[in-house]
Amino acid sequence: MAGFSVVPVRAKHQRLILLGVALAALVAAGLLAAWALRNQASYFYVPSEIIAKPPEADRSVRLGGMVVRGSMKNAPDGVTVNFIVTDGKQQVPVRFAGIKPALFVEGSGVVAEGHWQDGLFTADNLLAKHDEKYTPREMQGMTTDQAHKAIAETK
Amino acid sequence: MLAELGLAILWMAASLAGLQLIAGSFSLTKDGDGLGAIVRPVAIVQGVLVALAFASLIMLFVETDLSVKLVADNSHSAKPLIYKIAGTWGNHEGSMLLWVTVMGLAGGIVAAVERRLPERTMMATLAGQAFVSLGFYAFLLFASNPFQRLSPAPQEGNGLNPLLQDPGLAFHPPTLYLGYVGLSIAFSFAIGALVTREVGPAFARAMRPWVLGAWIFLTLGITAGSYWAYYMLGWGGWWFWDPVENASLMPWLAATALLHSVSVLAARNALRAWTVMLGVVAFSMSMIGTFLVRSGILTSVHAFAVDPRRGGFILALLAINIGAALVLFALRAGTVTEGERFEVTSREASLVFNNVMLSCILGIVLLGTLYPLVTEAMGVKVSVGPPYFTPMSAVFAVPMLVVLAIGPMLRWRHDRFARVRAVLAMPLGVTIVAAVGFALGGVRSPMALLALSLAPGLGVASLLPLRGRHLARAPLSLWGMVVAHVGIAVALFGMGADAAFTQQRLLAASVGQSTQLGPWRITLASIEPVAGPNWTALEADLSASYAGGAPVHLHPQSRTFWAPPQTTSVSALHTVWNGQLYTVLGEETHDASSAATPTGRWQLRLWWKPFVPMIWLGGILVALGGLLAMVSRVRQDLKRRSVRTRSRERKA
Repeated sequence: MAGFSVVPVRAKHQRLILLGVALAALVAAGLLAAWALRNQASYFYVPSEIIAKPPEADRSVRLGGMVVRGSMKNAPDGVTVNFIVTDGKQQVPVRFAGIKPALFVEGSGVVAEGHWQDGLFTADNLLAKHDEKYTPREMQGMTTDQAHKAIAETK
Repeated sequence: MLAELGLAILWMAASLAGLQLIAGSFSLTKDGDGLGAIVRPVAIVQGVLVALAFASLIMLFVETDLSVKLVADNSHSAKPLIYKIAGTWGNHEGSMLLWVTVMGLAGGIVAAVERRLPERTMMATLAGQAFVSLGFYAFLLFASNPFQRLSPAPQEGNGLNPLLQDPGLAFHPPTLYLGYVGLSIAFSFAIGALVTREVGPAFARAMRPWVLGAWIFLTLGITAGSYWAYYMLGWGGWWFWDPVENASLMPWLAATALLHSVSVLAARNALRAWTVMLGVVAFSMSMIGTFLVRSGILTSVHAFAVDPRRGGFILALLAINIGAALVLFALRAGTVTEGERFEVTSREASLVFNNVMLSCILGIVLLGTLYPLVTEAMGVKVSVGPPYFTPMSAVFAVPMLVVLAIGPMLRWRHDRFARVRAVLAMPLGVTIVAAVGFALGGVRSPMALLALSLAPGLGVASLLPLRGRHLARAPLSLWGMVVAHVGIAVALFGMGADAAFTQQRLLAASVGQSTQLGPWRITLASIEPVAGPNWTALEADLSASYAGGAPVHLHPQSRTFWAPPQTTSVSALHTVWNGQLYTVLGEETHDASSAATPTGRWQLRLWWKPFVPMIWLGGILVALGGLLAMVSRVRQDLKRRSVRTRSRERKA
C-alpha cells in the first residue's frame, strides 16, 4: 500500500513516528502513574502510623483498625458518633456524622475515610463489613490475628 | 434429571468447540480444505447447545431444585420469581456459564451471517473463538460445575445477598457480559486477520458491528452499575474507583479506542496494526476484569469465587490467551502492510491522538488497580483511591475532550486548522463564558470548574458537524457520532454539577419535624413498619415540597432481610427537571447516657443534587449514539450485500 501514498516524502517513516509518539505518551502515563502511586502509598493508615507520621490536614486518607469496645458514644445531636480505633499498639479517636453501616459495631473492624487533624480523625465515610463476603480489603488479616490481639489488649 | 441433562449438553457443547478449533485450524493447511465445510455448522450448533445448558440452569433456579448445590447455596423458595431467575447469574458458576453462553451464541451468529471476509480468515476467526471458549468450558467443567448435586438436599436454600436483590441485578451482569464477550468476537477477528494477513477495510467492516454492539452494552452496563451503586449503597456517590468498577471501565476505554480506530480502518484504510492491537487489548481487558472481579483477589459484592484454585485457573487462561495473541501479533505485525497516510492536521490524526489518550487513561487505571495487589503480594497493604485516579485520568481526559471538540470538524487525510478556526470560536466562547460564570458563581473545586466549563463548549462543538446540513437527510452514522459526543458533554456536566452543587443535611428528626435543604422543605410525616416477601422494614414517610410547591412523598426504608439475616437501607429518590432529591433513613437514635433508651428521633440523611441525573442521561445518550451508528452500519452492509447479490444474478 505504501506505493499509493499521498505524501511520498515521509513514506517510510509515518508508521515509526506514530509508534514513537504513542509509546512516548504511554511511557509518560506510566511514569506519571508510578510517581503518583508512590505518593499514594501513604493513603491507608493504621493508628500507630497516623500518630507516628501524621498526614496533612487537607489530605483525604483512610484509617483502618478495630473499634474499641465500650468506646462508642452517641452525641446529643443524634447523628454524630465518637469512637476509638486501635491497631493493638495505639488508639486514636474518630468522629463520624452520618448513618452508620448496619454491621458497624464495637469490637469489629472498620475502615474510615476522612481527614486527620489535631489528634482527631474526622470520617466522611465508614466502610464496615457489609456481610461475611464483603470486607474492606485492608481489614482482611486484621480481623484474624491483629484483631484478636487488638481486642484482647483493649478489653 | 434436568441437572444431569444440562451437564451432558454442556459437555457436548465443549466437545463441539474442540471440533471447531481442530477443523478450523486444519482447514487452513494445504490439504485440509474439506474440513472447512463443517466449521460454520459446528459453531452454530455449539451456540445452540450451550444456550440450552444455560436454559436448564435457569429452570433449576425457577423450580428451586435444592438438590443442586448452586441453587441451595444461592436461592430460596420464598424469593420473588425475577430474583430466582436473576439468581442464576448472581453467583460464580452461573455467571461463568452465562459468559460461555454469550460467547457460544456470538460465535454461532458470526458463523451464520458473516460472508464478506475471505473464507480462510473466517476459519481462523472461528478457530480463535473456539480456542478462547474451550478455556472457559474447561474452567466450568473442571473447576466450577454449576450442575453439581448436593446430597442430602437441604430443607431450604441460603438465599441471595440482599444487596443483589434489586431489579438492577437482573440486567447489570448480563449487559456487561454481552459487552465483555462481544469483544471476544473482535479479538477472534483480529486473530483471524493476523493469521491470514488480511487486515484491511473488509476486516474492519466485519468487526465494526461487534465492536459497536459490545461497546453499547459496556456503556449501558457501566451506566447501570454506577446508578446501582448510587442508590443502593446510600452514600450518594456515583463512582468510587472501586476495582470492580475499574474492571468494567478498562474494557470500555479500550473498546472506545477500538471503535474509533476500526472506523478509520473501514473508511480510510489506515491504522491497521493499531486496530489489531486494540482488538487484542480490548478483550484482554475484559478477561483481566473478569479475573479481578471473580478470582476473589478483591473482596466485594462481586467476588463469588473464594476457592483460590479458581483464581489460578482464570489467571492461567488469561496468560494463555493474552500471551498467545501477543506472540502472534509480534510475529505477524511486521507483515501487516502500512495503511494510508495522513497529515498532522486531519481527522485521522485527531482520532489517533484520542486513541493514545484513551490508552493512557487505560494505563493509569490499570496500574492503579493492580498496584495494591502487587504491593500486597510483597506484604504491604496499600489502597489507591480517588485522590490518585481522578486527577491522573483528568491529565489525559482534558486534552482528549478538547480534541474531541475539534476532531469531527476536520477533513480526512489533510486539513488546515485555519479553516475550522472561525467555527470553533463559538464553543470556545461558550467555554470561557461558562468558566467565568461558574467561577463568579462560587464554584471553588478546580475539577468541578473544569468539568462545568468544558461541558457546555463540548456540547456545542459536538453539534457543529450538523451545521449546514439538512437535519433529516444527514446520515444516521453522523447523528450517532453527534448524539454520543453530546452524551459525553451531558455526563461531564452532571459530574461537575454533582461535585460543585450538592447540598446535604444530616439530622435526627422526630415525627412532624421539618428541615430546609436548598429549595426543598422536608417533613418527616411518619415512621411505619412494612413487610415484603422476604424482609421487614421501617419506612419513613417524607413529605418534600420544592420551593413551596405541592408536596411529594418519599419512602426510604431501613430494611431487614431474614434469609440471610441482614439490614440495608433502601434510599428513596425524587427526580425533578433540575436535579434529584436523595433520602436515606438510618436508625432510631439512642440516648447519649444509656444506649437502651430510644429517643423517638430518627436519623435522616438528605441530599439535594442539582443536575446529577445528567450523568446517567449522558451515559444513555452515548449508548444511543452507538446504537444509531450501528443501525446505520448494518443497514449499509445489508444494502451492499443485496447490491452484490443482484449484480451477481445479473451476470449469471
